[in-house]
Amino acid sequence: MHTAAGVEACLPIRSDMDLVWVRQHVRQAAARLGFGLVEQTKLVTAASELARNTLVHGGGGQMEARHVSSGATQGLRLAFSDEGPGIADLDQALSDGYTSGGGLGMGLSGARRLVHEFDIESTPGAGTTVRVTCWAAQPPRPREEV
Amino acid sequence: MPEHEADGQLATPTHEVRDFLHRRREQIAQRWADEPLFRTVFTVSRDEAVEAGKVVVDALAQVADSDQVEDPDAAGFSEVREQLSRMGAARSRAGLSNTQVSSELAALRPPVENLLAADLEQAPPEHLRACSTTLTVLMGTLRLVAMQSALSEWQALSDRQRMQLLEVATPVIRLWDGIVAVPLIGTLDSARSQVVMETLLNAVVDQHARFAILDITGVPTVDSLVAQHLMKTVAAARLMGAQCIVSGIRPAIAQTIVHLGLDLDVITRASLADALGYALHELGADIVNPGAGQR
Ligand SMILES: Nc1ncnc2c1ncn2[C@@H]1O[C@H](COP(=O)(O)OP(=O)(O)OP(=O)(O)O)[C@@H](O)[C@H]1O
Ligand SMILES: [Mg+2]
Repeated sequence: MHTAAGVEACLPIRSDMDLVWVRQHVRQAAARLGFGLVEQTKLVTAASELARNTLVHGGGGQMEARHVSSGATQGLRLAFSDEGPGIADLDQALSDGYTSGGGLGMGLSGARRLVHEFDIESTPGAGTTVRVTCWAAQPPRPREEV
Repeated sequence: MPEHEADGQLATPTHEVRDFLHRRREQIAQRWADEPLFRTVFTVSRDEAVEAGKVVVDALAQVADSDQVEDPDAAGFSEVREQLSRMGAARSRAGLSNTQVSSELAALRPPVENLLAADLEQAPPEHLRACSTTLTVLMGTLRLVAMQSALSEWQALSDRQRMQLLEVATPVIRLWDGIVAVPLIGTLDSARSQVVMETLLNAVVDQHARFAILDITGVPTVDSLVAQHLMKTVAAARLMGAQCIVSGIRPAIAQTIVHLGLDLDVITRASLADALGYALHELGADIVNPGAGQR
């Protein structure tokens, strides 16, 4: 049996050090929910990308972690939100190699490929929220493409 | 009824508390000297604890005098901030949690309150109540100041340890003539990777290395920033005439890198031993491994 204890959390994303806590929390929560090593690594890496975007592009924000389940399948849902400048052109931001700064431009598009469900909401001038979900086993429903 | 209570003559609660603190300075410090916080920090002599207590009482009186009982930034506290943070740090070193330190600070209040109640026994109840409240607020603010100082002390300590870690965690190992290796451990953030790059480049120059192995077995997460740092280090080493090999990419990391879409434009090998074998081969110094047939 896997318990949801210690999975749900709301962590601030204000500094590089906070990114370390975010990764650590996601890794522990995924392990608790019975994620295999590969799924854990993928989700932690996606979380690392999204949290850094929240920090660097969004000017800081937070990550909320929720335990979700569907039938017997356990999942972890993460929401990264900021009140930064927002993204005017989502298609462009989501394309491989696009960066407005000095990055590789692989964070957002790569994170999307690393998780089972991906959803992004952004309002220019008001902020950005990215929600991702990963399931411990095969996803219980068809993959959502956004 | 004491004479000073003639109508209109009652001091404001804040000034009453100030006068009380001046008047009872010695007794308060004596009682504090018996509380765990003072008793365990000032172990050399009791007088030392009493003297330290007096300094804190004076600070409280000064804060009350300036009518800032709710303000942790009140000038009066500046005299004791350092002493309080040293006391808090001493208790943390003794193994107490922040919560425990905080409750030891809270324990300083009752002895003072009892003294105040005794002093104002004859005063109108509402005046006593107002003065008690003021004292409670003031002691709460003191506790806040002490915790703030203890926390910033703790922060400074962890920053120092972090800096030390930066320095010790990047040893460059000379594996062979012309081959150096750096085992990377932990989070490869910007500061760490800057140190890694500098140390590695120095080693390349000092040891005329033609091959530099970056072993990432100890790196828990390889995301786009870590990849970028790695690639910058590889490019810089190349400029110094050394070829880089990245080793220790675990299977889960390899799959993640592929999904992420990263293209590590560098030679990679599964293990440090494989990387060394490759470099030796390139240097024309093949190692014959009797058990394993051809490499
Ligand atoms: N939370 C956000 N707020 C505002 N803009 C964002 C946010 N997240 C992403 N973006 C925009 O989308 C672009 C692409 O993001 P992506 O993470 O793919 O690349 P990057 O962060 O620039 O580089 P890296 O590959 O190092 O992550 C960013 O350059 C930025 O302009
Ligand atoms: Mg990014």
